[in-house]
Amino acid sequence: MLDDADRPLVSVRNLKMHFPIYGGLMRRRVGEVKAVDGISFEIFEGETLGLVGESGCGKSTVGRTILRLYEATAGDVIIDGKEIAHAEPEELRRMRPTMQMIFQDPQASLNPRMTVRDIVGEPLREHMALSNTELTDRVHQLMDQVGLNRDFADRYPHEFSGGQRQRIGIARALALNPKFIVCDEPIAALDVSIQAQVVNLLEELQDRLGLTYLFISHDLSMVRHIADRVAVMYLGQIAELAPRDALYEKPLHPYTEALLSAVPEPDPTIAAKTERIILTGDVPSPSNPPTGCNFSTRCPKVMDICTRETPTFREQEPGRFVACHLYNSEQTSAANAASEVNKSIQQGEET
Amino acid sequence: MTDKADIRTAARNQWWDVWDQFKTHKGALLGASVFLLIIIAVYLGPFVWPYDPQFIDYRSRNLSPSFAHPLGTDQLGRDQLARMLSGGQVSIIVGLSAMALSVVLGTLIGVLAGYFKRLDGPLMRLTDLFLALPLLPLILVASLLFREKLSAAFGPEGGIFILIVSLIGITSWMQTARIVRGDVLALKEREFVLAARSIGTPDRRMITRHVLPNVMSPIMVSATLGIATAIITESALSFLGFGFPPDFPTWGRLLNDSVDRMQIYPERVLWPGLAISLTVLSVNYMGDGLRDALDPRIRGR
Repeated sequence: MLDDADRPLVSVRNLKMHFPIYGGLMRRRVGEVKAVDGISFEIFEGETLGLVGESGCGKSTVGRTILRLYEATAGDVIIDGKEIAHAEPEELRRMRPTMQMIFQDPQASLNPRMTVRDIVGEPLREHMALSNTELTDRVHQLMDQVGLNRDFADRYPHEFSGGQRQRIGIARALALNPKFIVCDEPIAALDVSIQAQVVNLLEELQDRLGLTYLFISHDLSMVRHIADRVAVMYLGQIAELAPRDALYEKPLHPYTEALLSAVPEPDPTIAAKTERIILTGDVPSPSNPPTGCNFSTRCPKVMDICTRETPTFREQEPGRFVACHLYNSEQTSAANAASEVNKSIQQGEET
Repeated sequence: MTDKADIRTAARNQWWDVWDQFKTHKGALLGASVFLLIIIAVYLGPFVWPYDPQFIDYRSRNLSPSFAHPLGTDQLGRDQLARMLSGGQVSIIVGLSAMALSVVLGTLIGVLAGYFKRLDGPLMRLTDLFLALPLLPLILVASLLFREKLSAAFGPEGGIFILIVSLIGITSWMQTARIVRGDVLALKEREFVLAARSIGTPDRRMITRHVLPNVMSPIMVSATLGIATAIITESALSFLGFGFPPDFPTWGRLLNDSVDRMQIYPERVLWPGLAISLTVLSVNYMGDGLRDALDPRIRGR
């Protein structure tokens, strides 16, 4: 894995996804929900980037916009050296095999009227000219890979349990030998006992097939387990992006700090000692974000400048990016180009 | 392991599952057999039954049911049973083809409107327009305009058949279109459609593979209801004198012919009415069973 460490497989630059709001008698455009508002990051080949944040902060939208399931409002997405965000439909279709997605709700992401063979075989039919027997062979092979019994190929999704359904979804994502997979909360809808199975399956497949994941989740402990680097999102923007261990040990952004303090601690003696940071107030509406720093309305360490100027997303320490005035108050004016992503350190050889 | 899987896939066709499920629905099975019986009677009956539905016999006018004429005769002495049978041929074929036309039109417009956002506005306004049109005057004008030309091109009966089927079809697709559009809109937001898009499935296969099979149930329901509406509209048209020629029997025509003497000969209204109701009911039950059988979630429970 370390060999390709320097090559970013996915790079996202200043991505924006604004959903229009129509209202009034004439259905005019009265505003927009800034679900993703200018984010930049890179994902290196073979690594797992965890994307965390609370509900409604735009995590899933990031994943879907990267794969161009939504048309981005602005910004570039480059996957495997090819521009995705503005590609022509036919060109985009040819790029689809490189990038796949695993969805949150395994029930909703499988067509109830198709058998497993049809579901897993759909990408193969779309992108490869295979004969029926070749297709069946490949489907069986994929089912073996994700630990499903081959005999179930002619069953329908409703005949499976949640964990098995998610395995079908994973098999479908793997069918075209993708390099990059967006995992959109793949375990959120599963029982805890099944979550571990699915996550272990994902890790095993990553080792075996050299996959790159964008792992979207709100489960911080799961992200700690699987991710190499972690990006923390708040209200459509990335607050902090850092290697996993560094982030969990010493969070820089006050929001990350608050988020991490909310992770339940199984050991009661440690739990009693740690102090939870409780944020007050609600998340502001993404259609009308506050001026200055998005987090300024709830930040325990808020300063004057926070309500006036938007902090730039800049590299604070090698490989650690943070968007907070606490760390660049002395040079806010000069830090325009700070979101330029330099060589980041590849982390997480343990996985 | 592999042999076992092979045997299984070879032995089991998906349509056998559909049939198995269909068999468990008692009403559907009954409906299907009644409908089949009606069709057999109507199409094979005239070969067995000796009377000609057009044959006028003044000496045997207004007879009550007897062995010679089980359903009696009408005011011109024509055998009612023979008229019922040949009327049924026309009514059923008109009902089925008008239903097919309206369902195809409605599904097409509904799916296009629901799936392509740009077409939604224009197509739905078109639907509103058709709903707002006074249909009967429209049909009357259209049949006045086109009757001659179609009769010349396809013969008097063929021309009228095409005219009536297309008129009924064109004026009854709106409900289907609205229902289908609503379902497609909801379906489009489901994750499996998003998943198919992330695979790169093009729109036309997205519609045929993911959207259409999942809007089957409302289409099925409106199709079965559509047969009833088509048969009834055809009888209304015949009543107004814009349908088939007067000596050409259909169930609606028979019903309308007998209405003015209903108090003296109630059975003449009863039989065509019963035939229409029975056909509609059996088709409804059949559609119900078919809808269940085609849904893999219900199948096998």
